[in-house]
Amino acid sequence: MAMMNFFEYAGRPFVGILEEFGRVMLLFLSAAVWAFRPPFRLRQVFKQMEAVGVNSLPVVLITAVSSGMVLALQSYYGFRMFGGESLVGATVALSMTREIGPVFTALMVTGRAGSAMAAEIGTMRVKEQIDALYAMSVNPVQFLVMPRVLAGMVTLPVLTVVSDFIGIVGGYFVGGQLLGINSGVFMARIYEMLDLNDIFNGLIKAVCFGLILSVVSCYKGFYTTGGAEGVGRAATQAVVISTVSIFISDFFLTAVMF
Amino acid sequence: MIRLAGVTKSFGSQRVLNALDLEIPSEEITVILGRSGSGKSVILKHIIGLMTPDSGKIYINDKDITRLNERELNEVRKQFGMLFQDAALFDSMTVGENVAFPLVEHTRLPKKEIQRIVEEKLRQVGLPGVAEKMPSELSGGMRKRAGLARAIALDPKIILFDEPITGLDPIMSDAIDDLIVNTQRQTRATCVVISHDIASTFKIAHNIAMLYEGQIIEFGSPEAIRNSSHPFIRQFIKREAPGWNAGP
Ligand SMILES: Nc1ncnc2c1ncn2[C@@H]1O[C@H](COP(=O)(O)OP(=O)(O)OP(=O)(O)O)[C@@H](O)[C@H]1O
Ligand SMILES: [Mg+2]
Repeated sequence: MAMMNFFEYAGRPFVGILEEFGRVMLLFLSAAVWAFRPPFRLRQVFKQMEAVGVNSLPVVLITAVSSGMVLALQSYYGFRMFGGESLVGATVALSMTREIGPVFTALMVTGRAGSAMAAEIGTMRVKEQIDALYAMSVNPVQFLVMPRVLAGMVTLPVLTVVSDFIGIVGGYFVGGQLLGINSGVFMARIYEMLDLNDIFNGLIKAVCFGLILSVVSCYKGFYTTGGAEGVGRAATQAVVISTVSIFISDFFLTAVMF
Repeated sequence: MIRLAGVTKSFGSQRVLNALDLEIPSEEITVILGRSGSGKSVILKHIIGLMTPDSGKIYINDKDITRLNERELNEVRKQFGMLFQDAALFDSMTVGENVAFPLVEHTRLPKKEIQRIVEEKLRQVGLPGVAEKMPSELSGGMRKRAGLARAIALDPKIILFDEPITGLDPIMSDAIDDLIVNTQRQTRATCVVISHDIASTFKIAHNIAMLYEGQIIEFGSPEAIRNSSHPFIRQFIKREAPGWNAGP
C-alpha cells in the first residue's frame, strides 16, 4: 500500500507532463487544420512574420556574429597546438550551420517573440477578448494561434540562414584578420568540409524549433488563468518550456540527421 | 425567443446558477437585475454559448445550443451582438478597427461602406472622431461605449448588454439608454440587458427578471416588479423592507 502511494506520488508529475504535452499537440493539430480553412488570415500571418522575423533580427545578428568570433578564437587556440590552424574556418562553418545557428537563433526568438506571444494571447484571455472572438463567430485558434505558428516555422529558417552567414563572417574576421590565418586557406577548407546537407539539416532543425517555440508559447498564453499575474507566469513558462524543449529535440534531431 | 430550462452551473463547490428557468421574449428588452456576483454575466455567457451548463438546456429559437458543435454554434452566434462587462476591445487594433471587426468578418461590404457604418455607430454612442485611437487611450466609460458600437455594428437580431451604463456619467447613461431603446425599436432586436441601475431599468425594460440565489425569483413587467411583495425585490428596488437580511 505504501509502495503504491510512493509510485503514485512519484509518477504524478510525469503524468502531468504527458497530459500537458497532449494538450499542446491538440492545439497544434487544431491550428494545422485551421490553416487550410478559409478565411486564410494572410494579414495576420504577415503581421506575425514581421513580429517574429524582423523584430528578432537585431538580437539574432549580434548573437551570431559574437558566437562566430568566439568559435574562431577558441578553436584557434586548440588547433594551434598541433598546427591545424587552417581548420578554424571549417570548424566555425560546421558548428554554425549544424548547431549554433539554428539553436541560438531559436533561443533568441523564444526570448524575444515567444514571451510576447504568450503575454499577448494571455492578456487577451484574461481580458475576455478571446471570449469576444468566439462571440463574434471567429475562431481564436485560427485568428491568433495559426498565424503565429506559421510565422514561427517560416521565419526561423530564414533567420537561421542569416545567422549562419553572419557567424561565418565573424569567424572569418577573427581568423583571417586578427589571428592571421591565410584567408584563402580559411575559405578553401570551408568549401572542402562544408556540405550543403549541413546547412539544409540545420534549417530543418530551425523549422522544428520555430514550430516548438510558437506552439508552446501560444499554448501557454491561450490557457492563461489568474489575471495579470497569470500573464506574467505564462510568459515565463513559455520561455522556460520552449527552451528546454528546443534542447531536448535538438539532441534527437542531431542523432537522427548527422 | 431565448429560453433557459433548468440551467445549473457551479464553479468548484460554488453553485452559481441553480436549476434556473428563464424565458426571454423576442423583440423586447428584458433587463436582468441581481446583486453583484450573483451570476448575471454567467447567464449571458450561457446564452451565447461561451459557457456550457452542468445540466439544463438553453434554447435559441427552439434550438438547444448545448448540443451544437462549433460550426453550428457559430451560425447561431452570427445573430448575436454582445457588449462585455469590460468591453473586451482588442488591444492590438484601433477603436475603428474594433467596431469594423464584425463587419469585416461577416459581410462583403466595401471598405468605404464599412467605414461609414463605423463612423455612424461611433457617433451614436457619443464617440465621434476616436476611430484612430487605440483602446488603451480611452477612458473606461469610452471603452464601454466603443464596445457597444461594436456590439450593434451588424444590427444583430439578439443583443446582449452586460452593464452598458455602469461607469458612465448620468447624462451619458441617459443617452445610452435612449440608444438601446431606439436601436431595439428600429431593428426589432431581442435585447437582454444587465443592469444595477433601477431608474434606467424602469425606463428601458419591457420585462424585468430578478436573479437571486441562482434562480429567477420573479419575472414580469416593470409594473409587476414594482408591486412585488418579495422582500428581496422590495429592498433591491426601493431600498426598503426593514428587517430583511440580504445575506452575505
Ligand atoms: N470563469 C469563472 N471561474 C470561476 N468562477 C467564476 C467564473 N465566472 C464567474 N464566476 C463566479 O460566479 C459568480 C457570478 O459571477 P458573475 O460574473 O456572473 O457575477 P455578476 O452577477 O455578473 O456580478 P457583477 O454585477 O459584479 O458583474 C461569482 O461569484 C464568480 O466568482
Ligand atoms: Mg457581471
